[in-house]
Amino acid sequence: MARKTIRSIPQERAFMPVLDAQERATNFEEVSLGFDEANALVECERCLICPEPACIPGCPVEIDIPGFISKMLKKDYHGAWDTLTDSTFLPAVCGRVCPQEDQCEGVCAVAVSGGLEPVAIGRLERWLGDMAIEKGWKNESHIEPNEYRIGIVGSGPASMACAADLAKAGCKVTVFEALHAPGGVLRYGIPEFRLPNSVVDAEIGNLEKLGVEIRCNTLVGRLFTVEQMLDEMGYDAVFIGTGAGYPSFMDIPGENFNGVLSANELLTRCNLMQAGKFPNFDTPLEIGRKVAVIGAGNTAMDAMRVSKRLGAEEVTCVYRRTEAECPARLEELHHAMEEGINFQWLTAPVEILGDSNKNVRAIRCQRMELGEPDDSGRRRPVPIPGSEFEFEADTVVYAIGTAPNPILGQTSDIKLNKWGYIDTDETLATSLAGVYAGGDIVTGAATVILAMGAGRRAAASIRDYLGIRDSMVVYEPENMGFENTLFGIDAAEKNFVHVRQI
Amino acid sequence: MSSSDTHKSAAAGLPGQEEATPGAETAAATGFPIVARTDFSRTTFLLEVEHPQMARAARPGQFVIVMLDDHGERIPLTIADFDREKGTITLVIQAVGKSSREMQSRCQVGGALFGLVGPMGIPSEVSDAKKVICVGGGLGVAPIFPQARAFKEAGAHVIGVVGFRSANLVFWEEKFRSVCDEFIICTDDGSAGIKGLVTQGIEQAIAEHGDIDEVVAIGPPIMMRACAEATRPHKIKTMVSLNPIMVDGTGMCGGCRVRVGGKVKFACVDGPDFDGHEVDFDDLMARLQRYRPQEAEAMEQWLENCRRLQVEEVR
Ligand SMILES: Cc1cc2nc3c(=O)[nH]c(=O)nc-3n(C[C@H](O)[C@H](O)[C@H](O)COP(=O)(O)OP(=O)(O)OC[C@H]3O[C@@H](n4cnc5c(N)ncnc54)[C@H](O)[C@@H]3O)c2cc1C
Ligand code: FES
Repeated sequence: MARKTIRSIPQERAFMPVLDAQERATNFEEVSLGFDEANALVECERCLICPEPACIPGCPVEIDIPGFISKMLKKDYHGAWDTLTDSTFLPAVCGRVCPQEDQCEGVCAVAVSGGLEPVAIGRLERWLGDMAIEKGWKNESHIEPNEYRIGIVGSGPASMACAADLAKAGCKVTVFEALHAPGGVLRYGIPEFRLPNSVVDAEIGNLEKLGVEIRCNTLVGRLFTVEQMLDEMGYDAVFIGTGAGYPSFMDIPGENFNGVLSANELLTRCNLMQAGKFPNFDTPLEIGRKVAVIGAGNTAMDAMRVSKRLGAEEVTCVYRRTEAECPARLEELHHAMEEGINFQWLTAPVEILGDSNKNVRAIRCQRMELGEPDDSGRRRPVPIPGSEFEFEADTVVYAIGTAPNPILGQTSDIKLNKWGYIDTDETLATSLAGVYAGGDIVTGAATVILAMGAGRRAAASIRDYLGIRDSMVVYEPENMGFENTLFGIDAAEKNFVHVRQI
Repeated sequence: MSSSDTHKSAAAGLPGQEEATPGAETAAATGFPIVARTDFSRTTFLLEVEHPQMARAARPGQFVIVMLDDHGERIPLTIADFDREKGTITLVIQAVGKSSREMQSRCQVGGALFGLVGPMGIPSEVSDAKKVICVGGGLGVAPIFPQARAFKEAGAHVIGVVGFRSANLVFWEEKFRSVCDEFIICTDDGSAGIKGLVTQGIEQAIAEHGDIDEVVAIGPPIMMRACAEATRPHKIKTMVSLNPIMVDGTGMCGGCRVRVGGKVKFACVDGPDFDGHEVDFDDLMARLQRYRPQEAEAMEQWLENCRRLQVEEVR
């Protein structure tokens, strides 16, 4: 095949339908509808199949992007999905929620040297992931069981990826989740219109098909400690993926008025507890007419768009930096703008004002300007004197980040760093022998793909720790290719052998 | 792990979707079995729920979160007692809102709770105090009981002060008395013990003993505030157990935040016990009013549904 050039490929991105902004802002239907086959193939044509692709190292889990796109072009979709799932455990999720513009798509040659829009890698990934769910592509390779039992704390993406890899290595894996439904942020945080629950269910279903047992309603640390898991309960190794969901507040006056809540509370009430269907579901959620959301990350975007869907007339985003620094996924920012969210950039709250019943009535803010760069390299916002102003709001939502959950620190001797996150070395081993940790509880709030990558890395470390040798990796040459992979694991990998050190 | 480790509970049936979540079983088949129930009064009842692992882990001062079914709220309830041999925990519930009244009508022996998670919160510190007053107001009598017992076991002189509106609401009197060296009962109408509030009982105990080391009070916020005010002039350490609105109970939502000593604390993971002299009770009480209108709406709809069901049954 002649090499494609930037001129020979389709110049425009293939069409992907989205729901109409006016209409969707009143319901919880998924906003981005995804490619159909024809459009997916057009988009595949746009990939230059670069000999030294930048997108692979641009991906936190190094998906062989040109590899799966080449297979798609041959309509070998199952093969493409195998290539994909060789690196990612949750393609239908990551295709929807990864910040692709900062990762693979951000370095795509079509954009960087061609000046066009990058290949829509995320959308292609999602298309394959959805197809796998729809067709029920299985990952039940024959697994040779070993005698090791692994306990996993939390059921977010880090834990799910770790559980899957260890189950495939033949371990008996049990996942403990504090809430009554598994999935972590995918379940309680990211709303239905961005990541349908059915997708999360399908991914959890895959995990269960691998033999992973999920026990909800189990608060590790309090029902039993991490130490007890190793001593009394007989787990050979433990992985901790408890996330970083302890929402921060700012300590400005008025923060405890009724109507002030964290984005986590809003989203949990809405997504996990289905407050949108109150009173058919018992959990209430009071969203006022005028909602102010502080922060501009993914959590803030979700909180704003949920508020709109629950009937708020006016939703305002208050963010102390500019649009350029906005940490949310670009697509979410665009969708939020289309849905009529009002953005107040370079603005910081100074006080929340209440009425005599201690309900929020307004928020006082000040304007900011960007000063010198701070440690993170971003220009630090500084207040403009005398720029204070007030606007009416009856609900104020905090989406300014989270701190680590304190429960495991309170109940175990595990070493934490000075911010309270779990301390690990580069293999993700913690200070307790046999205990590994990864995801937001180690790095602080990050992304789904990074959490998943950490879960897989920890799984590899746990295999090393237990001396579970992957026979294929040990005895076969590396460059087998992945023609016969199942769920990303080569069929030959079923022959895991245990090499015990004496 | 032994089979008694944790009950596998159903993954939340996906609301609005008829088909169940993969791997989800119905609550009745796999929930947490209710093994005993006692009704103390028209509104107050006790449930004993089987959960051997929790019975082993539970300590005084901790609480659980209960879900009645997959449409239910997550309701925080203090653990009133636990029996490690029988493998059960005891909850005492006052049927006031929609969810608790629904529990009252639906939770029967032989049934099961859809969700039960815990024990949550930092256990109460059973200090080495030599003389303590354990105060329970109304329903608060239940959760203060394991603390009184723990103090007694630690060798302290325990003075129990309990308060009820009237004699017919009194429960656990004998049980409580058995772990106390002195026992004072107060009722609003004087139908049992002293006529008056628990603060009167506290004043009386302080007057009789000059050397009280600590007061522990559990009950409605207004009562706990009164207790803290009663002990403040005497500079007696006073611990209270706060009961703000909660969702997850794991420190993830911040809905349970309270102000203590001018700082924001999450009652579910930083508490629920705090120094009563530091707690901002006004703030707590205002925040407890948050969902009043919604609560009323839910109640209305529930009662309406009950009426409709009754009509159908009659037909
Ligand atoms: C609203 C929102 C939107 C987001 N949007 C995006 C996005 O678009 N793209 C993206 O890449 N990232 C996004 N993120 C970030 C991403 O979701 C997280 O980085 C990722 O989920 C972290 O995964 P995790 O496995 O470390 O933890 P989590 O997903 O937080 O899961 C932790 C789980 O552990 C459980 N747990 C905690 N403590 C215990 C305990 N003691 N015992 C038992 N279980 C426990 C928790 O209940 C939870 O279910 C978003 C986050 C939020 C909050
Ligand atoms: S109940 Fe959610 S943080 Fe305490």
